[in-house]
Amino acid sequence: MTRTLTIPGRYDRLAQACKFVAAAASAAGLDDSESNHCQLAVDEACTNIIEHGYGGEDLGEIRLTCDVAAGELTITIQDAARPFDPQSVPEPDLSAPLDEMRIGGLGLFFMRQVMDAVEFRHQGGGNTLTLIKRTNNRPPSP
Amino acid sequence: MQISTQDSGAIAVVAVSGRVDSSTAPGLEDALKQLVDAEKTQIVLDLLDVEYMSSAGLRAMVSTLKSVKRVNGDLRIANPSPRVEEVLRLAGLTSIFAIYRSRDEAVGSF
Repeated sequence: MTRTLTIPGRYDRLAQACKFVAAAASAAGLDDSESNHCQLAVDEACTNIIEHGYGGEDLGEIRLTCDVAAGELTITIQDAARPFDPQSVPEPDLSAPLDEMRIGGLGLFFMRQVMDAVEFRHQGGGNTLTLIKRTNNRPPSP
Repeated sequence: MQISTQDSGAIAVVAVSGRVDSSTAPGLEDALKQLVDAEKTQIVLDLLDVEYMSSAGLRAMVSTLKSVKRVNGDLRIANPSPRVEEVLRLAGLTSIFAIYRSRDEAVGSF
């Protein structure tokens, strides 16, 4: 089953995007923690699209698609922003002393930590990010 | 997101509720900056009622921590939910922030 939501690129729409993903995660049989991971990844991705892709709020839309399968959720996030190269984002340096700590790049870092797959493509005049989360929980025995 | 601030002696206790994301984190950062500007640099951030936090919230907290540490102050955390604590842990910040299970413990730690 596929669900789609298109939001304007605004930070005050992140909560709506999270709610949309939470419902899809529940339908896929993901538990609360797995759902939280999906919400965090989508929030961070949309924030990056708005801040870095579009360069600000109200400059483009974000299309979210959730493909629900038993025990697996595939989230596709599409924008019409400039090409994004994930290799160009340095990892945050979390081990540095506080004064030297860099936490830029934390959003992408989180996505890679909490999702089972993170794939970026640039196509059709925009970027497509695919995120996959699989449940670690066994379905109940029949 | 709602923020309420009260003094507990010399300690400023900032209670946050709701979502802390890219939309609301600037408000949190502003509230904390106002305290620092008023030389209230011993701060307890009570996260009991924070239902969600993204990296935007972490950035606000780290920025404030850097500011208060420069003047021998501190920002200490009370009552993070498991969800918020996980975000702190993923970011490697559980070793940077002092985290307490209750507001009283956090206030008393100063």
